[in-house]
Amino acid sequence: MRKKILELLENNGKLNAKEIAIMLALPVDQVAREIAAMEQEKIILRYHTLINWEKAGAEEVAALIDVKVTPQRDVGFDEIAGRIYRYPEVKSVFLMSGSYDLSVLVQGKSLKEVATFVSQKLATLEHVQSTVTHFILKRYKQDGVIFEDQEADRRQVLQL
Amino acid sequence: MTITCGFEAQRFINPVVKSLPPSGIRRFFDLVASTRGVISLGVGEPDFVTPWHIREACVQSLERGYTMYTSNYGIPELRQAIACYLEDRFGLSYDPQRQIMVTIGASEAVDLALRTVINPGDEVLIPEPCYVSYKPITLIAGGVPVTVPTTMEDEFALTAARLEKYITPRSKILILCFPNNPTGAVLTDSEMEAIAALVKKYNLLVISDEIYAELRYDGPPRSFAALPGMQERTILVSGFSKAFAMTGWRVGYVAAHPDFLAAMVKIHQYTILCAPVMGQVAALEALRHGRPDVDRMVAEYDQRRRLVVSRLREMGLECFEPRGAFYVFPSIKATGLTSNEFAEALLKEEKVAVVPGPAFGSSGEGYIRCSYATSLAELTEAMKRMERFVARHLAFKGRAVAHAY
Ligand SMILES: Cc1ncc(COP(=O)(O)O)c(C=O)c1O
Repeated sequence: MRKKILELLENNGKLNAKEIAIMLALPVDQVAREIAAMEQEKIILRYHTLINWEKAGAEEVAALIDVKVTPQRDVGFDEIAGRIYRYPEVKSVFLMSGSYDLSVLVQGKSLKEVATFVSQKLATLEHVQSTVTHFILKRYKQDGVIFEDQEADRRQVLQL
Repeated sequence: MTITCGFEAQRFINPVVKSLPPSGIRRFFDLVASTRGVISLGVGEPDFVTPWHIREACVQSLERGYTMYTSNYGIPELRQAIACYLEDRFGLSYDPQRQIMVTIGASEAVDLALRTVINPGDEVLIPEPCYVSYKPITLIAGGVPVTVPTTMEDEFALTAARLEKYITPRSKILILCFPNNPTGAVLTDSEMEAIAALVKKYNLLVISDEIYAELRYDGPPRSFAALPGMQERTILVSGFSKAFAMTGWRVGYVAAHPDFLAAMVKIHQYTILCAPVMGQVAALEALRHGRPDVDRMVAEYDQRRRLVVSRLREMGLECFEPRGAFYVFPSIKATGLTSNEFAEALLKEEKVAVVPGPAFGSSGEGYIRCSYATSLAELTEAMKRMERFVARHLAFKGRAVAHAY
């Protein structure tokens, strides 16, 4: 049941407990309880809005940075990841398999701001061996949503 | 075009064709088409686009040059896949060589079936409200449509008792379409069994339009042909349009007794030749790998169905719970309006388009068809607008009644 509730909320955070209950044929109070519990348990972390900032006219620059680090005894990558993710400029951090270790998404107001953050903060951290910065030029699809304006419904307005 | 004086095109047109509908609903269609900003709950096709892997299979086949005619029956792999599907899903066994033909949608299959079996004057039993094509095709083929009304009290199911009242010595064919367009009604196993008993008793032939079979919310799909003794008496019509969101591809199929199929293929080969190969290739991919897509879409329709039924009831419209297809068929009698008045006023006042029930036969009066093959966001907004509309009209009627006393 939790999975079904989460799937609905993931795609539409505006749905309320009553609507979800009807859609899933469950009692309303039970759905409300589960949602509250999942918020408590930090399964639901936040009700998020996916925004096309470019369209909103905001000049934001983002870069994905491949970071190679030296893992540390006992704590592995977690410690250094923690040092990185505490920076507010850092929007996400993933541990990766393959030729580098951490993938870090950094956001800033300008190219220069992001580049400065990387060269002065990220690259100088102890245990960081190297960084490769890839600026994001265009977002086509994010979180399963295509950014390009989708053509309107092409169906005939009435069809028997 | 310059028209020579004295040429009367109308005189050349077959009177049966001349007298066919559409008539009444046309005006409403035009009205909807000329209104801007409409949310349409009047669409009889999925809001999903065909799943990407199915479209991709077609693109690849085009790249490899699949652009030719196929066998009149359809490509053998597809017929084989249809046979496997019917076996897995309904426990029906058909010989793909002699009992299955790919058609241009279920639409062509219905036409072929009726033209193949109707002798002029034969009566065709058509439960109503129903999909709009059965009656006209029956008339074109020289048959006599005998409509059998179904009612909300019976949840729009066809009951054997009601059917038997309409059977005469000239009755030859019974058309079944469950899950139903426009009502969303289904038949339970026992209802089907009772009908099957009559079919045997009166030696009828059944044309079963099972295009919505997969869109069922009360359990696994059923086929009328799977009832004991019914397979040879049933011309099973289905297709890919609804379950796989493939309306524009124009692929469907018919499965029947080899003699019926041999007769149908004669008409098909002269009038159609074959279904388009692109659609056939896509349909094959759909049957081979499309199961998860169908399950996903059905789950989503089911959620919307519950929401819409609940909202319609909350706003004061009586609404039976449909268990199939993607339509709800609420009664609008409480508003005191006719179906046409309701639909027109709703369009003008709130810009929501629904289809008036009588478009599907006179027994649809007092009802409207709302399709929930529309995104959740649009559905929610449409329900909001409808709620306002209904509240206004219920209040108006309340005042009018109070005034009369
Ligand atoms: C009951 C019914 N049968 C047949 C069809 C046509 O299906 P196809 O696209 O396979 O021709 C429709 C389409 O609306 C329908 O509702």
